[in-house]
Amino acid sequence: LRFRIRHVTRYVYEEPVSLCHSVAHLKPRSRPGQSLLSAQVRVDPFPAVSREHTDFFGNRVSYFSIQQSHTSLEVVANSEVDVEPLALPDFAASPAWELVVERLRDARDPATLDARIFAVPSPFVPPMPAATDYARPSFPPGRPVLEAVAELMGRIFRELEYDPHFTTVATPLAEVLQHRKGVCQDFAHLGLACLRGLGLAARYVSGYLETLPPPGQPKLQGADASHAWFSLYVPGLGWVDFDPTNDQVPREQHVTVAVGRDYQDVTPLRGVFYGGGEHELEVEVDVDRLEASPAG
Amino acid sequence: MPPDNTAQVIAPTALTDHYLPAAGGYDEMRTPEGEVRPHWRHLLDALRALGPAGIEERWREAARLIRDNGVTYNVYGDPQGMSRPWDLDLIPLLIRSDDWAVLERGLSQRAELLNLILIDLYGPRELIGKGLIPTDLINAYAGYLLPCHGVRVAGDRPLVHYAADLTRAPDGSWRVIGDRTQSPSGAGYALENRVVLSRVMPSLFRDSHVHRLAGFFRSMRRTLTRLAPRRAEHARVAVLTPGPSNEAYFEHAYLANYLGYTLVQGADLSVRDGALWLRTLGRLERIDAVLRRVDDSWCDPLELREDSLLGVPGLVQAARAGSVTMANALGSGVLEHPGLTAFLPDLCQALLGEELLLPGVPTWWCGDPARLDFVLDNLSALVIKRTDGRIQIGAETDSAGLARLAREIRADPRRFVAQEFVMPSTSPVLIGSRMEPRPTVLRTFLVSEEDGYAVLPGGLSRVALSKDTPMVSNQLGGLGKDTWVLASEPELQETLIAGGDYLAPAVVRESEVSSRVADNLFWIGRYAERAEGLVRLLRITIFKLSERASFSPRGETACYVRSLLEALTRQTLTFPGFVGEGAEERLSDPVPEMLSLISDPARLGGLPQTLQALGQAAWSVRDRLSADTWRVVNDIELRLRTLTKQPPSELAEALDELDPLITSLVAFSALTHENMTHNEGWHFLEAGRRVERGANLATLLGTTLVPVTSDTEETLVVEAVLGVTDSLITYRRRYQGGTRIGALLDLVYQDESNPRALAYQLIKLGQLVEEMPRAELRSGRTPAEKLALKALTDVRLAEIDLMVQPDEECRRRQALETVLDGVAGDLAAISDALTALYFQHEEQPHSLLSRRKGGAA
Repeated sequence: LRFRIRHVTRYVYEEPVSLCHSVAHLKPRSRPGQSLLSAQVRVDPFPAVSREHTDFFGNRVSYFSIQQSHTSLEVVANSEVDVEPLALPDFAASPAWELVVERLRDARDPATLDARIFAVPSPFVPPMPAATDYARPSFPPGRPVLEAVAELMGRIFRELEYDPHFTTVATPLAEVLQHRKGVCQDFAHLGLACLRGLGLAARYVSGYLETLPPPGQPKLQGADASHAWFSLYVPGLGWVDFDPTNDQVPREQHVTVAVGRDYQDVTPLRGVFYGGGEHELEVEVDVDRLEASPAG
Repeated sequence: MPPDNTAQVIAPTALTDHYLPAAGGYDEMRTPEGEVRPHWRHLLDALRALGPAGIEERWREAARLIRDNGVTYNVYGDPQGMSRPWDLDLIPLLIRSDDWAVLERGLSQRAELLNLILIDLYGPRELIGKGLIPTDLINAYAGYLLPCHGVRVAGDRPLVHYAADLTRAPDGSWRVIGDRTQSPSGAGYALENRVVLSRVMPSLFRDSHVHRLAGFFRSMRRTLTRLAPRRAEHARVAVLTPGPSNEAYFEHAYLANYLGYTLVQGADLSVRDGALWLRTLGRLERIDAVLRRVDDSWCDPLELREDSLLGVPGLVQAARAGSVTMANALGSGVLEHPGLTAFLPDLCQALLGEELLLPGVPTWWCGDPARLDFVLDNLSALVIKRTDGRIQIGAETDSAGLARLAREIRADPRRFVAQEFVMPSTSPVLIGSRMEPRPTVLRTFLVSEEDGYAVLPGGLSRVALSKDTPMVSNQLGGLGKDTWVLASEPELQETLIAGGDYLAPAVVRESEVSSRVADNLFWIGRYAERAEGLVRLLRITIFKLSERASFSPRGETACYVRSLLEALTRQTLTFPGFVGEGAEERLSDPVPEMLSLISDPARLGGLPQTLQALGQAAWSVRDRLSADTWRVVNDIELRLRTLTKQPPSELAEALDELDPLITSLVAFSALTHENMTHNEGWHFLEAGRRVERGANLATLLGTTLVPVTSDTEETLVVEAVLGVTDSLITYRRRYQGGTRIGALLDLVYQDESNPRALAYQLIKLGQLVEEMPRAELRSGRTPAEKLALKALTDVRLAEIDLMVQPDEECRRRQALETVLDGVAGDLAAISDALTALYFQHEEQPHSLLSRRKGGAA
């Protein structure tokens, strides 16, 4: 499937901003099953400095700074990606979860060593015994790891309430678990805390989800949103994604933008500005399916 | 360490009689057999020759020098600690040259090794791939900053400078107990200790053939210039400090001065066009290299800690773009992981193909399951370090505490490191006039050179005050010691120029003034003048009060005293005081209110608060004030302390304190005028002084001269005003008769040559604001210039004859009042205009974060 994605972020300030520095994770990365055809980030007002680099995790990071006085900032990311469904491993035939923990701990191969950074706590996913306890029932001894994680995903989906008003970016994960409420970031973080607590390696995925309008209705402009889920590393099998917000194993409607230890590593847009006073924020995302066409 | 029993006469041998180091440890001065090591003999002879009285004299001299230099070490959490002197022991740590050579090789090797590890961790991470450093040790460490990964570093020297804390094993071999790699502090203190000690013990220092320190700092300058993206004379280096409330601020200022670099805070800098700039008044100055004293994660709120106000947004990106060199590179704190030391021997073999020369303390990282069990089994015998920096000593923890600790370690072993308990080696310290052994840690400093590292021949030795303290840390206070590396051969040449070399100033280029510095200088000018004006007014008021012991406010002759008291309230803005509600009561017994103004540190607008504010503003621009000026600031602070610690109970007593204070304040003003280059910064200091003096004069004249009184009263009022304005002598010489008030106004209002006259302040102010920098090449006058011109013209055009005429109905000189109010208003407006034009620091940067979370259900 081919998607065209348009992600608009707009800030309107009460007072002029004299200088602004921003870092954006808005250009989708390529991964097995996903290839990037094009990506641009346009910034208005025109930035005096605009650079790009690849971060520790292989994500493409855009840095820009605006040095003229401005009262609004618009960042538009346009990209096109091809997504093809990967053959999923047989969950029931996946190795026992304890074995995965062990292999992860003892392995010497570069891929597994690289994955180990996703097994330790990170700023937004601190060590949390309560999360480990929460995960336990899905991890009886010897259970195939993918089966266990799929069940955990389902439990997060069923047992936590999706509530966009309950949490903010700053809400600690412990509160999310305690009140059983949150949004996709929180569910992804909770999944990470559960798995890392057990000794597994799991990473945060920031991306988009194609939403389809109810049958017979046209799709609304800007109705989509940026999304987040988590991904588990199984030595030998690689990364397997799980979306606890939708109880779904991502296949072809999920577009990956960036991966990291948690939200902080892959925040779509962050910045520091001088002046400005209060500001208003608007975000619009459109994920449009393009008619299948030969590559090119 | 004040001598406690100095009166006692002590036999020459008494110096070392009680010197009994604990058995089993290494002592710097005494062998296990009880012999004095030969290289200490000369020092002991010298101390014996001095005798207790001589020692005490030297000690006092050292204390004075330290106080004068303002060497302070702000102890965290101590409200009184803002200006606590760094205590210096008179006895240096003596190290033999051959001993030092061994240490030097070990230190250079260690720095080289750490530098290579740093390059690898922020680059290919091969050491992790090869299993030489455990993956989780680095991955789980908060000091490993992922945004800094992949940032290329100038000259492949991310570790530009480095400090190691050392102590000796019982056999005398050195070992490292701590590595300081992100912003190693203390070299400035080492330098300061050397300057003081070599001045206090000049002949001992000369005869001991001590290695000099200056070469090291020259190396540091060369290195920073070499690593800066724009080389040679164009390279500008700044010392980045967290600010005046930081514990080591003195050192930051001292080093910046010594190296000739600009001392800056994060808010003085900004990143533009991908480079780092110092915001000066109306201009931007490119900064090429930063010697930072701000910890890694606080340096950039954009990519590192979002909540940091100490850093510069975009700094990581500027480093990534290669347009600024950070010393040390951002992220170098990863080397301070306490567990890393366990892996250094293998790393040294792998990276350098050599044996590690300087051993560390036996260390176990609990993240390694094989080590975890050993640590848990031996908890009570070990020192437990958390990766967040907290330390717990097993032997000092009760069994419940140990159990708790074991649980915490099991829950997340990666965050714990265990080390063998190390009793530091001891060295002699002067306690009273006797020497006693104390645990000592030596901090040594290195700086990278074109190939390899240079070691400072000396260092900062720190001593625990109590005999049994096993840990010596900066944060616990303690005693500083100079460290003398003794040359093996006396170098005749060098003894002739003793003490000269390290004092040679580095090439100092005048640094630009940031708006923060200009702001502080302006207020130094204002506070200094405010304090001086207040003390003058207080003195005259006390004189007049004591002349009239039977003072009664309702009596006819009391009016002039009353007007002085009112002037006190108005000038200090300490209403109601002698003006508002309850004034009559206070006027009938003015002493308590006056004493409160003189010595109550909680009184807003009172003398102590003004002096305090002066001290704080001066401290904030410590690097801009000359040594002599700083000495006077210290004097003023001492007097302030006396005033508030032993508050005077009567006015006569207060007068004894005020007299020397006025002398110090006048000295301060003279020094800033005579010893400060009349550069941009000086213009602001001077303008502050003029604004304040003008405003004080307007208040004084308004309060005393506007009410009309009897002739006798008038004479006394004129006399008092002349006293406050220090113009009595000129007045007597110049005016034989005529209207007294008219003559007074001529002299202190309109005389353009009298430095105490209002017109004079306005003329000076006009010149100063005209010479201040302009943001753009703007034609025409700035608002401040216009205001100064207007005020001066008003004063010049005023008719004295008209102003002295009282308005018959209300018995007030209303024309005078109007003019004075006008000038006071203009002066306040000038201050506001300068603030608006120059001191508006750009607002604090804010974080731009999506407050709403995304999420597709």
